[in-house]
Amino acid sequence: MSDILFIEGGRVIDPASGTDGVRTVVIRDGRIAEVAERVERPRDARAVDARGRWVTPGFVDLHVHLREPGQEYKETVETGARAAVAGGFTSVCAMPNTRPVNDNASVTELVLARAAAAGLARVYPVGAISKGSEGQELAEYGELAAAGCVALSDDGRPVASSALMRRALEYARAFDLPLTVHEEDLGLVGKGVMHEGAASTRLGLKGIPAAAEEVMVLRDLALVELTGGRLHVAHVSTRGAVRAVREAKRRGLAVTAEVTPHHLALRDEDVAASGYSTDFKMNPPLRSAEDVAACREGLADGTLDAIATDHAPHSAVEKDLEFDAAANGIVGLETAFAVCLALARAGAFGERRLVEALTSGPARIFGLPGGTLARGADADVAVLDPAAEWTVDPARFRSKSRNSPWKGRRMAGRCVMTVVGGRVVHEEVGGER
Amino acid sequence: MIGRHKHCLALADFSKEEILEVLDLAVSMKEVLRRPIKKVPSLRGKTVVNLFFEASTRTRSSFEIAAKVLSADALNWTASSSSVTKGETLVDTAKNLEAMRPDVLVIRHSAGGAPGLVAEHVACAVVSAGDGAHEHPSQGLLDCFTLRERLGSLAGKTVTIVGDVSHSRVARSDLFALTKLGARVRLCGPPTMIPAGIETLGATVHHRLKDAVEGADALVMLRIQHERIGDPLIPGTREYSKVWGLNAKKAADWLLPHCVILHPGPINRGVELAPEVADGPRSVILDQVENGVAVRMAILYLLAGGVHGAGAGVGAGGEAGRAQ
Repeated sequence: MSDILFIEGGRVIDPASGTDGVRTVVIRDGRIAEVAERVERPRDARAVDARGRWVTPGFVDLHVHLREPGQEYKETVETGARAAVAGGFTSVCAMPNTRPVNDNASVTELVLARAAAAGLARVYPVGAISKGSEGQELAEYGELAAAGCVALSDDGRPVASSALMRRALEYARAFDLPLTVHEEDLGLVGKGVMHEGAASTRLGLKGIPAAAEEVMVLRDLALVELTGGRLHVAHVSTRGAVRAVREAKRRGLAVTAEVTPHHLALRDEDVAASGYSTDFKMNPPLRSAEDVAACREGLADGTLDAIATDHAPHSAVEKDLEFDAAANGIVGLETAFAVCLALARAGAFGERRLVEALTSGPARIFGLPGGTLARGADADVAVLDPAAEWTVDPARFRSKSRNSPWKGRRMAGRCVMTVVGGRVVHEEVGGER
Repeated sequence: MIGRHKHCLALADFSKEEILEVLDLAVSMKEVLRRPIKKVPSLRGKTVVNLFFEASTRTRSSFEIAAKVLSADALNWTASSSSVTKGETLVDTAKNLEAMRPDVLVIRHSAGGAPGLVAEHVACAVVSAGDGAHEHPSQGLLDCFTLRERLGSLAGKTVTIVGDVSHSRVARSDLFALTKLGARVRLCGPPTMIPAGIETLGATVHHRLKDAVEGADALVMLRIQHERIGDPLIPGTREYSKVWGLNAKKAADWLLPHCVILHPGPINRGVELAPEVADGPRSVILDQVENGVAVRMAILYLLAGGVHGAGAGVGAGGEAGRAQ
């Protein structure tokens, strides 16, 4: 492979540098050498014809579950990274709820070693807030930071103890690690399995009120004021949570937030329309139309900084069950761009804002190097065909798991090439699917 | 088939005509049930399997008798608990039963949607005998049947459902069926027992019993389950019976003379219904039980491949039955 890559004629959208127009992106020695309207191409350079395509920084996902170690039948670091680059993601942050939990350097190092061996997306481990994510004792943040963790989370579980959460926010400041928090009050959740509203009432499924998320967001915002810690709210799903984050930012608190493609695109009524399909069961649950509208607005106005997939692979063992008994979560890396592009095209938010929320927005939150096409940056690039139509066929996912609510759905927008550090790690030969 | 439906899972999906198809056929079935020789060969050679993941003597017996009167073979399969603790998934259990070639699977399960999940994986007809807090379609149909017997057409009639609506599959099936038949439905109970957004389904919500029952043509009094007290939805049965229970004095003071009282059973005497009301002249609770068999006969008949057209097969079967 040539060391020089010319991606020519595409619409380059790089919100970090304010670029949006037809440019050529020149990659040399693994870095962005130039982004310019006219560049002379040397004979030994590989040319990529990107006419009609978007050329963006590789996407950055702050929230994925790669299941390794412990649940390799659902996903491995390698298959997860393969799914990532197929979806245009060049950096993914791996949540610590593996088995064992990533609460020590050995697990962090294993994830990093597997990612290096795969040589696909960059994988940034997230360490646990508490030992075993059990919410009792602080994990060793110094060791986790030194081993390469970029943030802390007990994702999948809330930190129920306000006292522990306070100390975690304080202690993490010594290592400059943000806490990315899964907000739910387990007492209010009870045995709930979907959003509480008319749809849950009709289906006779136990509801999870929006307030279950909101009371915890409000608690943690108060704790940020107390501690000066850095809080990142994972998968925001309710109108009240968006409002709370917006108001906190206005007051200058160090808070950021992400939203998933599914909470932007789907709602509780879709659970009913699916006939209890467990591919529509996730946590937080799909919310009301008002909540979805608030999330879209929050993304558009910058209250929500990033789109994160919460890619959560599960096998048929966990999913082919009664709705009450099925596991929460869906895969999302390979559908995120198309799902969000459809929303942008429908006017929910702008196309540049969409790219920002997938690139520089998330990169900034965890202080990751990617998310920009600035000269000298690592050459992490996605080439996207916004017009390519395809039908979601989970059997063709690079992910090991098939749990997607968009199964069979016709979509527009695909990643046709992904470059990580100047290397082409994903390339779709024309006409695939 | 019931109209377009191969299965009987949820009255929310049934049209008025489909509901009436079952109710009209059940009239003939009730006549069969009251004969001295209660046996017709309509479903001879058919197998009905009752697959119950929740304890239920009444509904299971009702389906079993319904199957036997129609000469189907009935098998009861009682699973001790949910699929998760049993180690075999629901889908596997259903596929195993399916391999024994039943014609109808009658399923009760604690999880809403479970019968629908089974229906996706088997070729035979599936009847829900109650799934979680979702629906109990045969109960909804038998309640409508009983009300039609007493009140005639339900168009414009007012039916009040009192109790723990949020956990009640009976309330949902009643609500869907009654509104489709043109009745007005009022719901009444403590606010903790009224589920979010229920008014979008065409009911009005009341928290004072007097407001809810005055002018009503019928009341459906739901069972208050003792485990709801710790939930905590109510402080206790003592207060519940005082505020939302129906006793003879409240009935005499507030109810229209013709107002009838239904209860899906089993009754907590002294909680939602005082004994003198449960056993009094307004009560149609035992009619509901008898009508339940007739309605379930109609459901099984239509789904197990009885000749389409109300009563046709039954009439012929009845002749044969008498000849035996």
